[in-house]
Amino acid sequence: MLSFILRRLIAGILTVITISVFGFLLLHLGAHDIARRLVGGMADPAIVERKAQELGLNRPLTTQFFDWAHGAVTGDLGRSWSSGQPVTDALASRLPVTLSLTIGAVVLTAIVGIVLGIVAASRRGWVDRTIQVLSLLMSSIPGFLVALVLVLLFALGLRWFPATGYISAGDSLNGWLSTITLPVIALAIGAIAGVAQQVRGSMIDALRLDYVRTLRARGLPYNRVMYVHVLRNAAGPALSVLGIQFIVMLGGAVVVEQVFSLPGVGQTAVSATVQGDIPLVMGVIVLTSLLVLAINLVIDLVQGWLNPKVRLS
Amino acid sequence: MSSATSARRPLAGRLLRNPLGAVSLVYLVLLFLVAVVGPFLAPHAPDQVSLEAVLAPPSSDHLLGGDSAGRDVLSRLIAATGTSLLGALIAVVVAAIIGVTSGLIAGYRGGWFDQVSNWLASTTLSLPAIVVLLAVRSVVGPSIWWIMAIFGVILAPSYHRIVYGAVREVRAELYIDAAVVSGLSQPRIIGRHVLTAVRAPTILLTSSLFAVAIAVQASLDFLGVGDPSRPTWGSMLSDGFANISRTSGLMMWPSLVIALTCVALSLLSTALRDELEQQGDSGRGKSVAWSAPQLRPAPALVHGVAPSGTPAPQGAPLLEIKDLSIAYRVGDGWKTVVDGTSLTVGQGEVHALIGESGSGKTQTAWSTLGLLPPGGFVVGGSIRFNGKELTELSAKEFDAVRGRDIAYVPQEPLSNLDPSFTIGHQLSEPLRFTRGFTRKQAQERALELLERVGIRDPQRIFSSYPHQISGGMAQRVLIAGAVASQPKLIIADEPTTALDVTVQAEILELLRDLQRETGVSILLVTHNFGVVADLADRVSVMRSGSIVETGSVAQVFAHPAHEYTRGLMSALLDNAPARGALRTELA
Repeated sequence: MLSFILRRLIAGILTVITISVFGFLLLHLGAHDIARRLVGGMADPAIVERKAQELGLNRPLTTQFFDWAHGAVTGDLGRSWSSGQPVTDALASRLPVTLSLTIGAVVLTAIVGIVLGIVAASRRGWVDRTIQVLSLLMSSIPGFLVALVLVLLFALGLRWFPATGYISAGDSLNGWLSTITLPVIALAIGAIAGVAQQVRGSMIDALRLDYVRTLRARGLPYNRVMYVHVLRNAAGPALSVLGIQFIVMLGGAVVVEQVFSLPGVGQTAVSATVQGDIPLVMGVIVLTSLLVLAINLVIDLVQGWLNPKVRLS
Repeated sequence: MSSATSARRPLAGRLLRNPLGAVSLVYLVLLFLVAVVGPFLAPHAPDQVSLEAVLAPPSSDHLLGGDSAGRDVLSRLIAATGTSLLGALIAVVVAAIIGVTSGLIAGYRGGWFDQVSNWLASTTLSLPAIVVLLAVRSVVGPSIWWIMAIFGVILAPSYHRIVYGAVREVRAELYIDAAVVSGLSQPRIIGRHVLTAVRAPTILLTSSLFAVAIAVQASLDFLGVGDPSRPTWGSMLSDGFANISRTSGLMMWPSLVIALTCVALSLLSTALRDELEQQGDSGRGKSVAWSAPQLRPAPALVHGVAPSGTPAPQGAPLLEIKDLSIAYRVGDGWKTVVDGTSLTVGQGEVHALIGESGSGKTQTAWSTLGLLPPGGFVVGGSIRFNGKELTELSAKEFDAVRGRDIAYVPQEPLSNLDPSFTIGHQLSEPLRFTRGFTRKQAQERALELLERVGIRDPQRIFSSYPHQISGGMAQRVLIAGAVASQPKLIIADEPTTALDVTVQAEILELLRDLQRETGVSILLVTHNFGVVADLADRVSVMRSGSIVETGSVAQVFAHPAHEYTRGLMSALLDNAPARGALRTELA
């Protein structure tokens, strides 16, 4: 188990490094144009040159990279070009919002998706068909449209929730709940459909397996076999889908934060993009890949607990 | 896989006959027409500003009203259609070109290209696309075409994986080797076989990725990072949302078009999958009552009524199957797999049910356990067990019989153990239901059982997982599970078939010992006359769903009356492993 987790950790760190290298190259190959954009398109070439000099863009690319990487491993991701604030601080202040959204959405997805999948697989018939049609619709309509409809209905229409803004859990738990409920639902809806489909499919597959018949023949009731044995064996694939959905949610959070005016990492990403704030964009990339690494590790741990072949190898 | 006949009909024709497919296809074709012809018919230029049209309600001049800058919403919607579709098309084409090519090369060539491309694919999939596109946008600026092309690169792994998987599968099949031997050049092999194999999944993927591309492009424009000079659905939506407090109409049209387009594309891909995989549920709603097949089986040849025969078992039989018929729902009709089968198992008797695979013997066994697979039903006849009619029991009443009075030893040892639980858990858990044992009692009993079935280190096996033990050991565990609750009848379905020859003999011996010790009756399903000779008192020979001959083992071996029985017995003579047992029994 330990060696399994260690292998996955190393693979994950390699992925983060790869993404950083590619991201850095991509962002800095065009950096000189960005210096021009920062000082204004009509500016004197000398001024552009001075700006590039000031930002250290005239140094060789490898020097720039190792300089950045050296800082990065010690937690220093440079300073924002537009605000001068350290990138790490800027992101750290916004991370709680994004984590509230994505973790909330993962929990909601896991609960609702698994329950819907179980119901569809064990009831079949019209219940199953209804869930199938619903999840087809839920997964095909883009998340930001869902978010907009939720705002129109429950914030502007019924006024059950505020339409915009964020209250941190430290300030007021109720306030926090009221500000993240709609965004979390908007983020989770597509993912719920995906997880429900996976749970349904793998449970129906597992129901046909030989050991299900044998356990039943030994006198275990249908429900016991279904909810203990079949569900446990169907949980592995469902978890993998949840991991993929988390990545999708990190992307969805960017749009959802915009719709609900939540001060999260996604909002930073959008403004940094428009302003060409390369260090901040780079910081968002690194932070996102670290979050993906973290969720994958958690999922690997749970997989190991679920699957003795992984745990005991 | 599509069958040969339907594959000849054009896919478009089949799609139009599928209601969901037809509706979405018509919508998408209309959308395409709007994108191509629409700009010539639009009432206004998309960027034409008129002050009186600012946030104007629908009127004869502006059918859908005006936006916040006084531009005609309908004209912009039409212009945006072309942009959005073209953007999505660019993404999908780029993705398909890169992904299909790399998938073909990686799958066909393997080696370093395989490893590097698969690694790149999984790295690409580990970041959210929007974040990557935002990063790209900060470098290339607000060009929709560039951004969608890069999005194509991000989508490419989806094609890569599908094509790679399909090529691997096709490559593994023999006909590629045959084609190489017959002298075809490699590109022609790829062209002919591999591309046919990847066609269906690629079409499916294209349809769903098109929807993803439309959604992502709209998201980016909604975020305001798109090209401000070009009308798109996303930017119109953004404009509508910004003015939501003044009018909600502006948001409605772009939302509707985006939602409908995405839903149409995924309905289309669902319909495509149904047609390509032939999964249309034709049987829905209609159910026809089962009726017996035209061709009824001939009555079985029964030994033992002759004066010279050994007497039939005394007393009421433990299990009495009479005129049993089992059928499966197939589409609108039924497929009958067992028809008019009768057999009895006496108290303490071992009755062998022998026949080739597909003869219906396992179906008969499962129906006695009340565990036919989904779609299978007992459609005629009766199964009486210990005075109870099993075919009339409710699911709950059957739970009270199964695992208590009737037990089951399956064929494949390892697939019949749940890989996620320890052996001990799987043995003791049912005992808590059938016998009302506490956890501790159940564990003690399970350990005893393991010892009884000849496992030398019960404690270790108890806490092992199925993948840690051998097939022979697993079969002992399954037998322990069957005798756990001291049943009256054990249904053993080919208990030795999947095992090594030496282990087979041990398992048969164990079954014989347990039978002698407890006096349990056994219905032994097998295809092997050697096993019959070794273990059984009586035998019934089954062929195509019904019994052709039945009698005591001695009688049937001495005077096989049916030619099918003789055929099975002569097959045994070629089956070296079982020969020893047969000889001793006949001697």
